[in-house]
Amino acid sequence: MARAISRNSKIGWTVAAWLVALIIFFPILYTIITSLKTEQEAIAGFDLIPSFSFSSYETVQNQNNYFRPFMNSVVIAVGSTLLALIVAIPAAWAMAFSPTKRTKDILMWMLSTKMMPAVAVLVPIYLIFLRTGLMDTRTGLVIILMLMNLPIVIWMLYTYFREIPGEILEAARMDGATLRDEILYILTPMAVPGIASTMLLNIILAWNEAFWTIQLTTTNAAPLSAFIASFSSPQGLFWAKLSAASTMAIAPILILGWFSQKQLVRGLTFGAVK
Amino acid sequence: MATRQTASLARLMRAPAIILLLIWMLIPLGMTLYYSFLNYNLLNPANTSWAGWFNYQYFYTDPAFFEAIWNTIVLVMGVLLITVCGGIAIAMLIDKPIFGQGIVRILVISPFFVMPPVAALIWKNMIMHPSYGVFADIAKFFGASPVDWFATYPLLSIIIIVAWQWLPFATLILLTSLQSLDGEQMEAAEMDGAPAISRFIYLTLPHMARAITVVVLIQTIFLLGIYAEILVTTNGGPGYASTNLTFLIYRAARLNFDIGGAAAGGIIAVILANFVAIFLMRAVGKNLD
Amino acid sequence: MNRTIRALMGATALCATAGIAAAQDTTLTVATVNNGDMIRMQGLTSDFTEKHPGITVEWVTLEENILRERVTTDIATQGGQYDVLTIGTYEVPIWAKQQWLVPLDGMPDDYDADDLLPAVSEALSVDDNLYAAPFYGESAMVMYRTDLAEAAGITMPESPTWADIKAAAEAMTDKDNEVYGICLRGKPGWGENMAFLTAMANSYGARWFDMDWQPQFESEEWNAALTDYLDLMTNYGPPGASSNGFNENLSLFQQGKCGMWIDATVAASFVTDPESSTVADKVSFAQFPNKEGMDNHGNWLWAWSLAIPASSQKQDAAKQFIAWATSKGYTELVASKDGWRAAPPGTRTSLYENADYQSEAPFAAMTLQAINAANTQKSSVQDIPYTGGQFVAIPEFQGIGTAVGQQFSAALAGQMSAEDALSAAQANTTREMTRAGYIK
Repeated sequence: MARAISRNSKIGWTVAAWLVALIIFFPILYTIITSLKTEQEAIAGFDLIPSFSFSSYETVQNQNNYFRPFMNSVVIAVGSTLLALIVAIPAAWAMAFSPTKRTKDILMWMLSTKMMPAVAVLVPIYLIFLRTGLMDTRTGLVIILMLMNLPIVIWMLYTYFREIPGEILEAARMDGATLRDEILYILTPMAVPGIASTMLLNIILAWNEAFWTIQLTTTNAAPLSAFIASFSSPQGLFWAKLSAASTMAIAPILILGWFSQKQLVRGLTFGAVK
Repeated sequence: MATRQTASLARLMRAPAIILLLIWMLIPLGMTLYYSFLNYNLLNPANTSWAGWFNYQYFYTDPAFFEAIWNTIVLVMGVLLITVCGGIAIAMLIDKPIFGQGIVRILVISPFFVMPPVAALIWKNMIMHPSYGVFADIAKFFGASPVDWFATYPLLSIIIIVAWQWLPFATLILLTSLQSLDGEQMEAAEMDGAPAISRFIYLTLPHMARAITVVVLIQTIFLLGIYAEILVTTNGGPGYASTNLTFLIYRAARLNFDIGGAAAGGIIAVILANFVAIFLMRAVGKNLD
Repeated sequence: MNRTIRALMGATALCATAGIAAAQDTTLTVATVNNGDMIRMQGLTSDFTEKHPGITVEWVTLEENILRERVTTDIATQGGQYDVLTIGTYEVPIWAKQQWLVPLDGMPDDYDADDLLPAVSEALSVDDNLYAAPFYGESAMVMYRTDLAEAAGITMPESPTWADIKAAAEAMTDKDNEVYGICLRGKPGWGENMAFLTAMANSYGARWFDMDWQPQFESEEWNAALTDYLDLMTNYGPPGASSNGFNENLSLFQQGKCGMWIDATVAASFVTDPESSTVADKVSFAQFPNKEGMDNHGNWLWAWSLAIPASSQKQDAAKQFIAWATSKGYTELVASKDGWRAAPPGTRTSLYENADYQSEAPFAAMTLQAINAANTQKSSVQDIPYTGGQFVAIPEFQGIGTAVGQQFSAALAGQMSAEDALSAAQANTTREMTRAGYIK
């Protein structure tokens, strides 16, 4: 009896959850479907079954080779994240394990550096980039995106490190572990999952950045955000082409996100679990 | 001894990050502050001159200024409300033992991976468009006349789009929090015959307080800076109905190429954002300890 | 060459000062909008590079607004990121005065600058120097459905008045079948609804500014123009018109939902294209309307043109590219690949004298007439201190035009009355013009 009820309720919850999930996913699904239609079909009204025409992908690829912006996106996203981690890990470590009175204020201040609207500082940054030869280089974007995401990286790592219980360290010290052993054999294994998920989140944030990456590039370093910006034409039909370009731009990060979903869930705690 | 050594080591480890962020903050902030006192239009650089407080006065007396601040508040609050409430509901839903839990979770978090301009383009052209959008098709199916979302409910439309993008983030954080909820306590409460609603109010919600705080804090910082979605969809209109503060600065900087005015707007926005941050920390900061 | 080496070389090149230019190979960076004609040009690049070995072309194709932002920032900061820019008749005179553009003298002999349509070349010249070469040009005209007009018992005059347009819109509207008498731009933006409304206001005898740069939105002429516009659109226009720009109206018209559409002449080649238009063989054209007794047909003129920024290090190669892209030879190349209908319109007299073009493009005669009739030096019947047809050629217009466009769009969405929109526009524009130093 009880089992039957719980089975029924499981089915009920399943249906509800799937319904919600599909509604949330629908815009992405519909974009993928539309990318497989012809332009005529794309505006012909609601239809979930495309003609599986790959002509839009062909057009998009012919007009703007996908692989260069794709490679730029990969290099910029991964590069800026790694650089941010190199700077952030020691800082977060120090804040978590030997906090001072001001640690919290410093963390808040770091977050507040993100509050300057990017458009207001574009011209100063543009001039700096021109003078230093960073314009339209991957290096320049790596630096900018690193600085942009650094506060979030430090925050995440800090909250993650803080969850590593101090008692473990004390116990290890009692057993005669040196500082080196402590870091290498005890702390690092415990910190790796946190670092990994921080990395993932930041790759996503860097991949999706679409202001600096467009404004500070022309050809050599232009990533997928700029690729997208060339397909919402003010003339003629462009729904299918835009969908194809959008699908191409979000597919890599979507796939990465799907594979790393479990990691991500852990990383996104921001120390919220207690 | 050891502690002093550790403390100086810690200082050394913190230094690079703090110095980098200081530079990143001070240089643009300094230059912006400087520009904010100049009459400096990018299209007419020969006419650059000292402006005093004029840019600030000009920005502040913009007929759209107060509406923009109000819209900023409505936008942030609206998105927070939807993402927090929706996030709690969805987190509880996908925390239940259901068939295909993994796939459901993946589908729910997907919007987080979509670039903001792409998200805006998708919603504008394929979902909310009054002639070709899915909403219009649904309306026609039920015999209703399609709603022109961006003209009739501009701010609401943008709230929906932004909320869609941030719902996964909220859901994920709230889900992790939910998973750490003490099952035994819950069962005990259930045994005692506490109804589901009071279990939610007295056990689940307090447990999630910290996670909700994190969602509110992080999202607020990102939501205050929203402009790409507005630019792609409504361009701030009709009238000023969907102009927020960041978009107002965008308009000065990228349409008028008024560098001085945009800089003044930027400084005003930073000051207001810091007010919000301080207020938030006072209000909910203790949840973070 | 593998990617790493290329990246390294790129980095080295960027670190090196501008003095050490690559010896033989010149790479031109061409910034352009993603309109169909430009995409076609991008596809034909190999014709240029074959004729000019040693020059390679890198394309930066962006959506119009993003392109404008990028290019303006770069040229104003002397960034030198681009060698060829795609800009319009709005930017050319302003930028040329700032000496940001290189005058296009010394073009190759076969370029034949005298063949350019006078109105277009005038709009792209400052002090008789051509600063940008037109790639394609447009004016505005009425496009209407012959079948609907016939069914409604209407004959469209070749030069209709606004009263004719209103009568025709009323007769053709059939909302039950989703046929709307008239489609016009409503989406806010200086290049969207304000392009149309400025032209319409011109034809009503209105002007943006008087000789002291005082905005004139509270004049009777503007009131009449805006009131009639709102009246047309609310009674006979499609739903959601306040979000419709060029592209949205194009789609509506192609799907047979519009009786009339008054917009840029380039649209004619799209609406008569049997591949994308369901009404391709049922379209005819008429001149941009005027108000009874007013000899002004809007004076709409736009030309997407190619120009060389003064900050470019490769001006000679850039000139060769522009000469190729805007030559008669290029037009013939397009014609041989995609047919005469696809030839970039509105720039050269010779195209309109070409019998093949005339027979393949039913809109040729009306397009030419509209372009030739456009007077961008004096677009209003009243005295004005500015140039420009459907825009005002001052740097501040982008911002002002868009802000005013927002008010008019709000009026179209039914959120305010025509009077309120006009007085908001007046206040806003006065404020901006005072700040910019025009109003003393």
